[in-house]
Amino acid sequence: MGNLFKIAIRNLLRYKRRTLLTASLVTIGVVFVLLFISISGSFKNMIIGQMTDSMLGHLQVHRKGYLAAIDNLPLNLNLKMQAYKKLEGILNQQPEIEAYSPRIKFGGMFSTFVETTNIRLNGVYPDQELKTVPLLPSRLTNGTKKTLEKGEIWIPELMAKSMKVNIGDTVVVIATNQDGSVNGKQFKVGGILESVTGPGGRDGYIHIEDAMEVLRMEEMEVSEVAIRLKDFSRLYAFTEKLDRLLSGELNKQGKPVYEVHNWEKLSPFYNIARMIDIMALFIKLMLIAVVLISIMNVMIMAVYERVREIGTIAAIGTLPGKILSMFVVEGFSLGLLGVVAGNILGFIIITIVNFSKITFSFGRETGLILTAKVAPMDVLVISLIVIFISVVASLQPAFKASRMEPIKALRHV
Amino acid sequence: MGLVVAENITKIYSVVATKVSKDYQAGEIAIRALSEVSFEIDPASFVSFVGPSGSGKTTLLNLIGCLDKPTEGKLTVAGTDVLHLDRKQSAAFRGNNLGFIFQDFNLIPVLTVYENIEYPLLMVQNVPGGERKKRILTMLEAVGMVDQKDKYPDQISGGQKQRVAIARALVTNPKLVLADEPTANLDHKTAFMVLESMKKMRDEFQTTFIFSTHDQKIVGEAEIIYSLEDGELVGKQVKGGKKNG
Repeated sequence: MGNLFKIAIRNLLRYKRRTLLTASLVTIGVVFVLLFISISGSFKNMIIGQMTDSMLGHLQVHRKGYLAAIDNLPLNLNLKMQAYKKLEGILNQQPEIEAYSPRIKFGGMFSTFVETTNIRLNGVYPDQELKTVPLLPSRLTNGTKKTLEKGEIWIPELMAKSMKVNIGDTVVVIATNQDGSVNGKQFKVGGILESVTGPGGRDGYIHIEDAMEVLRMEEMEVSEVAIRLKDFSRLYAFTEKLDRLLSGELNKQGKPVYEVHNWEKLSPFYNIARMIDIMALFIKLMLIAVVLISIMNVMIMAVYERVREIGTIAAIGTLPGKILSMFVVEGFSLGLLGVVAGNILGFIIITIVNFSKITFSFGRETGLILTAKVAPMDVLVISLIVIFISVVASLQPAFKASRMEPIKALRHV
Repeated sequence: MGLVVAENITKIYSVVATKVSKDYQAGEIAIRALSEVSFEIDPASFVSFVGPSGSGKTTLLNLIGCLDKPTEGKLTVAGTDVLHLDRKQSAAFRGNNLGFIFQDFNLIPVLTVYENIEYPLLMVQNVPGGERKKRILTMLEAVGMVDQKDKYPDQISGGQKQRVAIARALVTNPKLVLADEPTANLDHKTAFMVLESMKKMRDEFQTTFIFSTHDQKIVGEAEIIYSLEDGELVGKQVKGGKKNG
């Protein structure tokens, strides 16, 4: 095998300029793919992180049917105390879970005594909520304390600005209860939250016991339970596991009590994330096309230029399989050269991008720093794709070389 | 005829051709390049096929070299009926039994002199390293190219290239070496030197040499001369000078 590589490399060096040009094409292709994947992937992960760590949690459990009506925040589809306790028991036994937070979600009126507007509120246990969505305090504007006390409300920044509400102001929240009656409660503004893109990005927060009071709940009901996993990469496996565990819990009608959804089902950003993935796929396809065409072109030329040589080695007894291997190894070496150079150059450019601290905006969020990161698995997959395609591209010319009649090849001028 | 058959049975020839013909198709016309050629060549012979251009020399050498197949007749090379060998078997047969010397030397340009000689041992016969080195050095010494072993083909002269080609042809210990116009691209002095090298190798390694030429001065170097004209064998001349029995 070593000799095949020796001959292949010498043949590549024989036409230095052509080899350099082809390897450069492959290199540029690899660099572009790595850059795109690292930047778009980092952007995607950053936004997913923002949403899951400051609002959604990694996954959520609702009462069956709640998600279909989530826009209305239906109180009648809350999980009752018994169902929540059962769920809590199951969640406490799952080693994959880092934290979970029960929430009461409801819509109400927010009044400053001068102006009134609509508000969507989350009633939460602050300690549990902050463990489940640890980036939530980072959304609090400067100067506010990072804990939510009973009797306090955190309101979205846009509302605070438009209603001219400041920290420490007294406001009233009025909400319609499940039985149709209306109740109100005074709150002190304890924090102003920067808005973020996505569902729940413009919700307010109060203590869960305050929510129960406003909604006149005699015992706790829960709209959703947000869950944070220790390892985000286990999301799909755990969602499946939890779904399986909860699917056995049936109501009196024999229908499932719970439904489990990960962030993908809860946020429209998932479609953008999918678009990014599709674009990455197309970029990879373009790389494949570049590698395929450029290497096939070079290998066809190589075979055409070396017909007499092929005739000679065939005449002196080189088996067709070995002739095929010689050209395949040549294509492989060319692809490998492009991959190695592309990875090195790609790594250098990614380092420069990170060093430059490029900022970007997403929705109302500004000043997000672009952190280009590429997973070793991505590098490995791209490298293997390029090398595989290089081999595939050389197969046809190599096969042609191996099938040449030595007598005709020797006569070739 | 009966005597000839009896002799064929008891004697192992390097090549036995019996009424070998070869037709080529040129469009709708079949051109007979060789017509019912019969001959036998003894082992360790130094044989030449001579004739003008188009007489069928190269065609005959290609048939003996298993690079092509006869249209009719029977051909045995190194004791093997080569008519029924498939493509892969032909290649293996060539690699194990035959050596080739080409008019244009046909050395591999990306390999050094040493590596060119090494090529068939490495890529065809898979000879182990130690044995390979020994055989290459023996060949380099035999053709007087030890000093040039690290040079590439474009760094040596035509005569030297052909000596390397001879070494490459012989390094596998073939039973038969075929050389098609081996001196055509050399000046006379070099051509004679190359032929001397070939003869020396024949004497040393007991290999049969068959070469074709149309150069009358070179023809005289052969010990057995077969004359071809228009695809037919028209004469055989046996000269003295064969040094082995």
